Amino acid sequence: MHIPDGFINAPVSIAAGAASLTGIAVAVRKAADELEERAAPLAGLVAAYVFALQMLNFPVAAGTSGHLLGGVLAAVLVGPWTGAICIALVLLIQALVFADGGLSALGLNVLNMAFVGGLGGYVIFLALRRLLPRTKPMVVLASGIAAGLSVVLASIAFWIEYSVGGTTAVDLATVFAAMVGVHGLIGIGEGIITALTVGTVMAVRPDLVYGARDLRPQPTVLPPASVATGGVHR
Amino acid sequence: MTDGSMTRSTTLLFLIGGLLVALGLAFFVSPLASGSPDGLEKVAIDQGFDGSAEDHGLGGSAFADYGVKGVEDEGLATGLSGLVGVVLTFGVGMILFGLIRVRRSREPRHQPTGANAPAG
Repeated sequence: MHIPDGFINAPVSIAAGAASLTGIAVAVRKAADELEERAAPLAGLVAAYVFALQMLNFPVAAGTSGHLLGGVLAAVLVGPWTGAICIALVLLIQALVFADGGLSALGLNVLNMAFVGGLGGYVIFLALRRLLPRTKPMVVLASGIAAGLSVVLASIAFWIEYSVGGTTAVDLATVFAAMVGVHGLIGIGEGIITALTVGTVMAVRPDLVYGARDLRPQPTVLPPASVATGGVHR
Repeated sequence: MTDGSMTRSTTLLFLIGGLLVALGLAFFVSPLASGSPDGLEKVAIDQGFDGSAEDHGLGGSAFADYGVKGVEDEGLATGLSGLVGVVLTFGVGMILFGLIRVRRSREPRHQPTGANAPAG
């Protein structure tokens, strides 16, 4: 899913870079509200875990592999905006230190994986949480399904960018079918890894899962404001 | 939240455990990962636009392509570069998110809205 330099022309790459920078600026402000006391090391851990998982390509079909993108995983664990910054940080380090993902394509990759995949997938997660019963297993299920769909969202984002700024003439309908098809398969792996990870954290420290804050046991005496916000109380 | 030293110490344990898992995956499992082209690369090859990919500007750097310059053993090089990546990502992330948190505490508190709360 990491776009190399040369696939997409300069105007679209620059536009995506501007969109990603704007998104990061917004995310930094919003993440300040999400990050609870002592949460900075946890957010760093989530980014490091996503980095490790992104190295683990699993086979999905003949001669094709895929790896976790981690957008929904990070969003569910530490919050959507903090999670988006986690993914952007991973992509930045991959591009600068490991020559993975083009430098001119960094904005495209951040847009697709941190924002379209991560934030878009988190919106799906929230919608599923509203539809499903409010229980811990349903948090795990919702995170898995949303994670799987987020990979397809990110692949469609690539297709849109390629439709506008692709540097080689191709049959766009065929590329769309191929992208969505293979990323649907990768999404199954994404969903399983995300559900396993969220499930493990839910079993060990459910209070650390941002996407399950509404299930935290409520202290007996609460100031009224905290009840209304359903979460961040300190 | 009125959590005491017990929650604090299990959070530290959780952090250490999580880091060990990430380091273990990066060092021991990444050399076993599939070397096949990923979804996007495969589509690019099949649809004939893989040729437009340009060489990475930092392709000659020390850890390019998850290797380590000077380490011949490919599996070991992959594992070592994985360790470097996990430590670097954790370190930079912790500093970055620490700064974001510090910034928040300097600003006047405003009422958080319930917009992000799942299921209301």
